[in-house]
Amino acid sequence: MHKIYLSYNNIVSSFGFNSNDAVTKIKDEITSLKLVNNKALMPESFYSSLVDKEKLEKEFASLNSKNKYTTLEKMMILSLSKVISASKTKITERTGLIISTTKGNIDALEVNSTHNEDKAYLSELGKAVKTHFGFLKEPLVLSNACVSGVLATSIAKRLIKQDLFDSVFIVSGDLVTKFTVSGFNSFQALSNEPCKPYSKNRTGINIGEVAASILVTKDISNLAPEAVEILGDGTANDANHISGPSRTGEGLFRSVNSALKEAKILASDIDYISAHGTATIFNDEMEAIAFDRLQMNKTPLNSLKGYFGHTLGASGLLETIIGMHSMHKNILFASLGFDEIGVSKTINVIKNSAAKNLTIFLKTASGFGGCNTAAIFKKVKH
Amino acid sequence: MLNGELLYKGSEEEPFADFIKMAYKNLETDYSKFFKMDSLSKLAFLGADVLLKHENVVPEMEENIALVFSNNASSLDTDRKYQKSIEDNDNFYPSPAVFVYTLPNICMGEISIKHKLYSENSFFIFENFNPDYLYAYSAGLIEENKAEKVLCGWVNVDKEEYTAFLYLVTKEKTEIPHTIKEINSRY
Repeated sequence: MHKIYLSYNNIVSSFGFNSNDAVTKIKDEITSLKLVNNKALMPESFYSSLVDKEKLEKEFASLNSKNKYTTLEKMMILSLSKVISASKTKITERTGLIISTTKGNIDALEVNSTHNEDKAYLSELGKAVKTHFGFLKEPLVLSNACVSGVLATSIAKRLIKQDLFDSVFIVSGDLVTKFTVSGFNSFQALSNEPCKPYSKNRTGINIGEVAASILVTKDISNLAPEAVEILGDGTANDANHISGPSRTGEGLFRSVNSALKEAKILASDIDYISAHGTATIFNDEMEAIAFDRLQMNKTPLNSLKGYFGHTLGASGLLETIIGMHSMHKNILFASLGFDEIGVSKTINVIKNSAAKNLTIFLKTASGFGGCNTAAIFKKVKH
Repeated sequence: MLNGELLYKGSEEEPFADFIKMAYKNLETDYSKFFKMDSLSKLAFLGADVLLKHENVVPEMEENIALVFSNNASSLDTDRKYQKSIEDNDNFYPSPAVFVYTLPNICMGEISIKHKLYSENSFFIFENFNPDYLYAYSAGLIEENKAEKVLCGWVNVDKEEYTAFLYLVTKEKTEIPHTIKEINSRY
């Protein structure tokens, strides 16, 4: 059986248009969250991380595309174009495309949108990306709430194992829109300050936006320096509630066990956990319970939401990419916003960035609908 | 229809809301949470319920049945409804009970809760029914021991049009082989 790798990657965020722009800032514990005053998004000001649209237009113009694209399509196409060119991959019948998003071009439903309402169909978003790059197979659009970004890597791996493809490009993204901001606000889940995952005084989430892309491949001959092997992955439902996290962390516990079993390693072999950590009271508590049940109390853990906010359908992939760079640099990145522990079980939240030899990390995510996904990645020795 | 046998037939002119309510009554599903669900969840839930009951799936068994669903319109039916509630700042009434259904995978959460399925879930969006991906993905879940069975198919609600086509893939061989051709012939 072939080993499968995550390789070339890109992050389009308010930090810049490459993964390194984001990684450099995270290393220095700098957030991209800012107070946003935009009445079109929300009457009150709120903390968010927004991609600079003027800079995006400028950068996108360098691709010389004549088609009319939505903002999200521009972010996704720009992000993916960098991964395709860095990997020098020729697109064939054996090249797959996965689009990971929760809401896609949902802003096309707004009365004032300059785009046709049909743009809100996620298959239209898939078609725009597919056509731009000349992919030959229909894209698989994954919309599985906040686990989508991690689950996409798992699906890519499984489709390669089933011999449908030799390599799969994943592009993920969601915008900060009135739709999502008002929705999370209606749940009273939005924080009025930069979020503080796992902290005693945490006050909820921030919503942010990025596009993140990656190449998943079985070709070991041309891997990015920060490439990782996917050792195992699993998804499990809480079977408990559609919008509230499980009180026992059941789905997260099961998803990590499923990934560990496939990876044939023990929980103690994990050097670092890139957790979900949205900074809501119930989510962070649920994660602590699950990691306690897994006896991972001492494993260094962070949430990257303090740098970008929650980027929804992109968050899992964004955080996986940061995890790859963290492991490549042998640096544990600080869980920004964390002060005093505010969950009932012992977990080892990374307070300050620190050097550590890293070989294996675990990425987890949980979302509405009771879904939980875990994936385990191992450094590739060059 | 279940295995080619008609279970309930609504009238052609009937709105979806009436059809699904009558179908719920006729199929003797007793689940109070049903009435809180959006249209996509109601349709998926009822389709899954009929099939899983026929297969004698009981919550106590906690069977490892993965859910792999797909459609074209994602949760747009509810998205449009939610968008209307926030469009006008003078008439702004976002509801968390509506917002939560603006994700297509919520319907799989509803099914998981009812049947106690702590299993793999994924929701794919395609332009049209795409058996190639459904086949490869469910075959993989079974081969890699991620699931014993996979409840798989297409559940779509868009304006007044709706379709649900679900089938169960099992590890044990049955008289119907799991092939793209067989899936297509039944869709």
